[in-house]
Parts: sequence; C-alpha cells; structure tokens
Amino acid sequence: MTAPKNAESDTAAKAVQVTDLSVDLGGRLVLRGVDLQIRQGEVVAVLGANGSGKSTLIKTVVGLLPAARGEVRLFGTPVPRFRAWKRVGYVPQRITAAGGVPATVYEVVSSGLLSSRRLFAPLGAARKAAIEDALRVVDMADRRKDAVAELSGGQQQRVLIARALVSDPELLILDEPTAGVDLASQQIFADAIRERVARGTTVVMVSHDLGPMDALIDRSIILRRGRIVYDGPPHASQTSAHVHHSHGASDDLGWLTS
Amino acid sequence: MTIFELEFMQRALIAGLLTGLSAPAIGTYLVQRRLSLMGDGIGHIAITGVALGLLTGTAPVLTAIIVAIAGATAIEFVRARGKASGDVALALLFYGGIAGGVLLIGLAGQGAATLNTYLFGSLTTVSPSDLYVVVGLAVAVLVIAIGLGPQLFAVCQDEEFARVTGLRVQLLNLLIAVMAAVTVTVAMRTVGLLLVSALMVVPVATAQQITRSFRSTFVTACAIGVTACLAGIITSYNADVAPGATIVVLALAGFMVAATVGALLRRRSGRVAPLDDEEPEVGVPAPEPHVVSAGHPHAHSQACGHKKVEHGDHVDYVHDGHLHARHGDHWDEH
Repeated sequence: MTAPKNAESDTAAKAVQVTDLSVDLGGRLVLRGVDLQIRQGEVVAVLGANGSGKSTLIKTVVGLLPAARGEVRLFGTPVPRFRAWKRVGYVPQRITAAGGVPATVYEVVSSGLLSSRRLFAPLGAARKAAIEDALRVVDMADRRKDAVAELSGGQQQRVLIARALVSDPELLILDEPTAGVDLASQQIFADAIRERVARGTTVVMVSHDLGPMDALIDRSIILRRGRIVYDGPPHASQTSAHVHHSHGASDDLGWLTS
Repeated sequence: MTIFELEFMQRALIAGLLTGLSAPAIGTYLVQRRLSLMGDGIGHIAITGVALGLLTGTAPVLTAIIVAIAGATAIEFVRARGKASGDVALALLFYGGIAGGVLLIGLAGQGAATLNTYLFGSLTTVSPSDLYVVVGLAVAVLVIAIGLGPQLFAVCQDEEFARVTGLRVQLLNLLIAVMAAVTVTVAMRTVGLLLVSALMVVPVATAQQITRSFRSTFVTACAIGVTACLAGIITSYNADVAPGATIVVLALAGFMVAATVGALLRRRSGRVAPLDDEEPEVGVPAPEPHVVSAGHPHAHSQACGHKKVEHGDHVDYVHDGHLHARHGDHWDEH
C-alpha cells in the first residue's frame, strides 16, 4: 500500500467499488452509470433478467471487459493496475470444464494456483495440500483422477468452484454457478460457500435461481437494462426479481452477455 | 553398411527424434485450445519463407522460420481480435503463403522436385548446419512446453479464468503461436510443410483414446510422435518414398489401432453411457406414469441441442428443466 493512509482507510474496507460504470459492447451500452460498493465479508447476489447486464458487470469487475466510463476498484486499486489476483477467486459462466484434450479434476483445480506460482517451479507440498482441501470442500476428492469431461454438469461446476477456492481468495466472484446444476451439487456448493463466508470471504454471485444458496445472501442487487433498480435486503427483492423475469421479450438480450 | 552408419541417415534420425518430440508437445496445447489446424496454416505460410531463401541464396531454414513466426503472430493477432472476418483473413493468409511460395520458387529457377522436398520431407537434405538449427530450436520448444506447462495448460483450458488469475494471457498465446511456427520449421525437413500439422495433431488424437489426464496425453503423444518419426524414416529409406507421407500414414495406422482398443476398453469398463450424464437420481420420487407434455411444438431429435439422457429403453431430452420422451405423436413428461 503506497498511497497515503488517510485516503486508503476509506477504501480499504471495500472489496469492490464500482463508480459511475458504463460498459459498451459492440456499440451498445450494456451498463449505464452503475454505482456499487461491496464491503469485505458481504455476500451479495446480483439478480436480473437475461440481458440486464449481470454478467457484463461481473466480467468488468474482474477486468475481462474494459469500462467505457467510470471505474472499478478491487481492494482500493483500480482494476487495470490491480496485480494481487491471488486475492480474487473467479468462477466463470460455463457449461463444461473440459477442453480439447482430456484433463483430470486434479489438473483443472491446480490451475487455480497459478497466480502465486513462479515460472518453471514444481508444485510444493503446501499447494498440494491446498488442492486436496479444495477437492474435499466440493466433495470431489475421490474423483481427482477422473477426466472432467466424464463428469456430470453439476460435478464439473464443483470442479470450477474448487479451482476458484484453491488459492484461498478473499473475494469470490461467481457467474451463474448453479445454472443447470442438480440439487445435490447445489447443496454441496452452498455448503462450500457457507464455509468460506464463515471465514470472512466476500462473495458476489450472479444467479437466476439461488436455490440452497438463498439463506446465505445478505444483500441483493437487481439490474434492469444496465441500471441497478434494487439494492437492499434479499427477501424484499425476491418478488420484484420475478416481476422482471416475466417482463417479456424486450428484455431478453441474453446473447449479449453469454 | 547399415543405414545407421550413413551420415545423412544419422542426421535424419536425430532430426526425426526431435521432430517427433516437439511437434506433439506443442500440438497438445493447440488441440487443447481447439486450434488443431493452426499448424497447417503456418506450414502453408512457411512455404513462402523457404522460397525466399532459395531466391535470395540464404539458408531456407532461416528464412522459413522468420516468415513462419511473422505468419503465426499475424494468425494469433487475428484470432485474438475475434472478428467474424478473421476466418476469411486467415484463409487469405494461407492461400497467399502457398501461392507466393510456388511463384517465388519458380522465379528462383527451381523446379517441382525442390519444392517437393520441402512439402513432404526428404532424408538426404538435412545438412549439418540445418541439424544444429533444428536441434537448438527443438530443445527450446521442449523446454518451454514442459517448463511452462502449468501456465500454458491454464491458458489453453480456460482463457478467461487464466486472465483473472493474473497470467499474461496475450503473451502466453503469442508464445504458443511462435512455438508452433518454430516447430513447423523444425519438422520441415522430416515430415515436410504440408504434413507437419498431422504430426502435431494425430499423436494427440491417438493418445487421448486411452488417456484421461493432460499430462499422460502429453507424454503418450510425444512417445507416439517419436515412434512414428523414427519408424517412418527407416521405412522411407528402405522403400525410397517421401518420409513425410510414411510418417503420417504410420501415425494414422496407430490412431486406428488406439481408437479400436480405446473403444473396447471403454465398453469393458461400462463407460459407453453418455459422458455428460447427470448423477443417478437417488431418492427422487418416481415420475407419475404417462404425463403428456402440454403444448409441445418442438420435436426433439439427436441434433436438437437439448441434453440427452438414457432412460431405460429410450432417450429423454432435458427441456427447460423437464425430461421429455417421445410417445407416438406426442411428448411425455418423464
């Protein structure tokens, strides 16, 4: 931390700060002037219909999309200058964890440790233990040598969350983690998140359907057409989320964000 | 005098050994990223490089490597931009490479015979100075492919995730493209520019018939590549045919054997069921018998994109969270 202490103290407690953020995808404003502050330790659900800008917001927060206007800060540092990626765990929106070549559960999870791994260095004992721990948390320890392509969709999602947890992040960002996941896996998923939350991890989660995760949420944000239309306690939001869901085809721009 | 005592055969075998190792090594990353045909494109572009060398009287290996790296960088740039026109831009680059090469070789006063040695490989043309270049480059490719394995694996497996872990994704992508270009030039003398991509892809495709991890695929592919190269070079000497064709035909034969063995093994261990099947439904109440799906205009088929689940004697389609099965002229909820 090189900045003066007074300036830092205000921002240090914030895991995510989004200020007047607009994001342009192919000439269309998908986010318009979003302001959002997430304190460390909060568990936030980002809700909204397809095309409302949820995934765009998440991708801009982790630096995958550039901001057209405004800025995103992670732990007080603007994202383009942010280097402490070890503090962030990301679960992208995926249907599968498999690539063109077979890879085992263990191999995919170990790729989550790269932010702190030196080039040309072998995997140390502490990291191996971290991988075992992450596998245990998502209940996949006995599948570590299986190819990810041979697992069910829910099991593959559990591998992706283990990959995000293995670096012991302080901020966990999940994009539709439970889409297409069977209920048994959703429960294991929720238990894994609960364990992290108990240790003070900040969680930001995009979801259509929170399922067993619902009880963990302290705050909901609802996006509609690129703007935040609700920000507050979770249960009041549930009904309005459904109103937006049934809003019809004009909001259905899922192809923009997928 | 056996073939192993002939100096040019010794050079050809050393070049073959290194080609057999480095082509599948980089090929594993290309297949992982679903860029199997990238080596083919670079091979086409390298033909112009060879022709430039012949025209200007410089060593074709050196001009080929420069042009191949430039071409690979251009391919990576077009790919990273992700524009729809990128596909056409790549096609133009590939055709330009091969046509320009043939044209320049004609201008250099060389005939089809010279061109053929570069397109399909030639045992007698590996000169001692070529061999030093080939050894140096192949060793560099292998050191990077193994040493940076975890980083390259992460980038090829999931580029977005790799970026959020703070990896220099663009740099690593460029590194893969440059390594592919270097490998194309290394392989030019043994398998030739038109068939080099086969040596990058076929051993990997063969290995994954029987492997389940990335690491074992990588190692097995390299072993297959070396075997095919050495056996191909020896066969090519005995039968007096182009080594490139022999190597690739042997590699493809190996693929067919592995595919058959792999299918038998999977059948024996009962893993022929659809791979992305969901968990067995334990504790889920049995569905009501014969519930007709109301208003179901969509006709499921093998190709409709809905997930298919084996269910006893028929297939259910996962459709908006429901399981649909064909029953005569309508669809049942299962």
